[in-house]
Amino acid sequence: MCLAIPGKVLDTYDRRGVQMAKVQFGGVTRETCVEYVPGVKTGDYVLVHVGFALSIVDEAEAERTFKLLEEMNQLGELEAMQPPEG
Amino acid sequence: MRYLDEYRDGRLAQALLEEIRRAVTRPWVIMEVCGGQTHSIVKYGIDRLIPSEIELVHGPGCPVCVTSLEMIDKAHAIASRPDVIFCSFGDMLRVPGSRGDLLTLRSRGADVRVVYAPLDCLRIAEQNPDKRVVFFGIGFETTAPANALAARRAKLEAVANFSMLVSHVLVPPAITAILQSPQNRVQAYLGPGHVCAVMGFEEYEPIAAAYRVPIVITGFEPVDLLQGILMAVRQLEAGRHEVENQYSRVLSREGNRSAQQLVFDVFEIGDRKWRGVGSIPKSGYRLRYEYRDHDAERLFEVEDIQTQESPVCISGLVLKGVKKPTECPAFGKECTPQRPLGATMVSAEGACAAYHAYGRHLAPELSSHANAATARG
Repeated sequence: MCLAIPGKVLDTYDRRGVQMAKVQFGGVTRETCVEYVPGVKTGDYVLVHVGFALSIVDEAEAERTFKLLEEMNQLGELEAMQPPEG
Repeated sequence: MRYLDEYRDGRLAQALLEEIRRAVTRPWVIMEVCGGQTHSIVKYGIDRLIPSEIELVHGPGCPVCVTSLEMIDKAHAIASRPDVIFCSFGDMLRVPGSRGDLLTLRSRGADVRVVYAPLDCLRIAEQNPDKRVVFFGIGFETTAPANALAARRAKLEAVANFSMLVSHVLVPPAITAILQSPQNRVQAYLGPGHVCAVMGFEEYEPIAAAYRVPIVITGFEPVDLLQGILMAVRQLEAGRHEVENQYSRVLSREGNRSAQQLVFDVFEIGDRKWRGVGSIPKSGYRLRYEYRDHDAERLFEVEDIQTQESPVCISGLVLKGVKKPTECPAFGKECTPQRPLGATMVSAEGACAAYHAYGRHLAPELSSHANAATARG
């Protein structure tokens, strides 16, 4: 129920005083309210739940987390190359 | 899809599993709060891949499951009226109340409609001026802004024939109630990522401190969950009890302030009854008095309804993390997703329904030890 999916903002516009956007999720495009993610712009990824954008996905943070995970993976591989103990 | 596929990367998952194995030295019980997290954990078999020392128990975070029988019966009574178009998220339609479910009601001719977004109900109301359009406003904090927006727009645009039957629940009072229970086994939480995308996680800090439990706000993909588990295990092993944020690509400590403001403008906090758990003080939202003209509970007289839960069902204990679905004698037998006996089987995100969907009623539970050994390869 609390499922929220990241989608790409294609276009923003006003509908009856509410900021809306066309948001693309894979092959599907849906109208989404972006009124409560101030500063959102075309090309941003927003996290959408029941037609409402909850937040803008922070690209730099996503990259940072990913780098950390990748580094950990490389460390694991380095260790795997060591001959087994005993 | 971007921001999804990367977090399903098997290589990273393996590396995280290895780190978790390195970090753990003794048994720990960790509860994931959200139904969406439970669903992912069971789908990807994460609970069977992690070291046997770590037990994952499944939390109360499925709003469809915990919506009280009384509220479902109220929805049923309102939806039965010939002058009403009753709108709901799809998941609520199959939930059985004491008088049946909304889907059956629709097959008997009631106008019950599934909506994707709460705002869609306002258009339905405008297109049907001779009908009263009622939206079943359920959910955790994640859904509260979208529901609040529908109420606010209805008020601003004077859509007089739109109202909302509100049964909102809140996470912090529920996880506090679990920690206060004498049966509590939970030593750390994986916190609800999307709830915190709205609310931030400041309100979790006093809980972590008072009950000395680590809380790691966590996402929903396998790599997110494994990283959340690793962060929780590291805290437990080091004797720390802090709120940490695994899901930093989506949320910050303060959350979405403008969405919070919207929620507080429309809703106020009140007591709420949780199916399978009972009443929890200050654990839900209801519409503020200013929104009384759009409050279905005020607009529709529904007589008091006496409800009775199944005497066999242990969903209350499953919701509190005391028991697992497979410990219930009715699981997969009298109780199935087609004929659910209680809260945790009624929605796909309930722990019992997730176990059932991934076949855990068919095979005897693998011993975690054997499983961990296989995973270690």
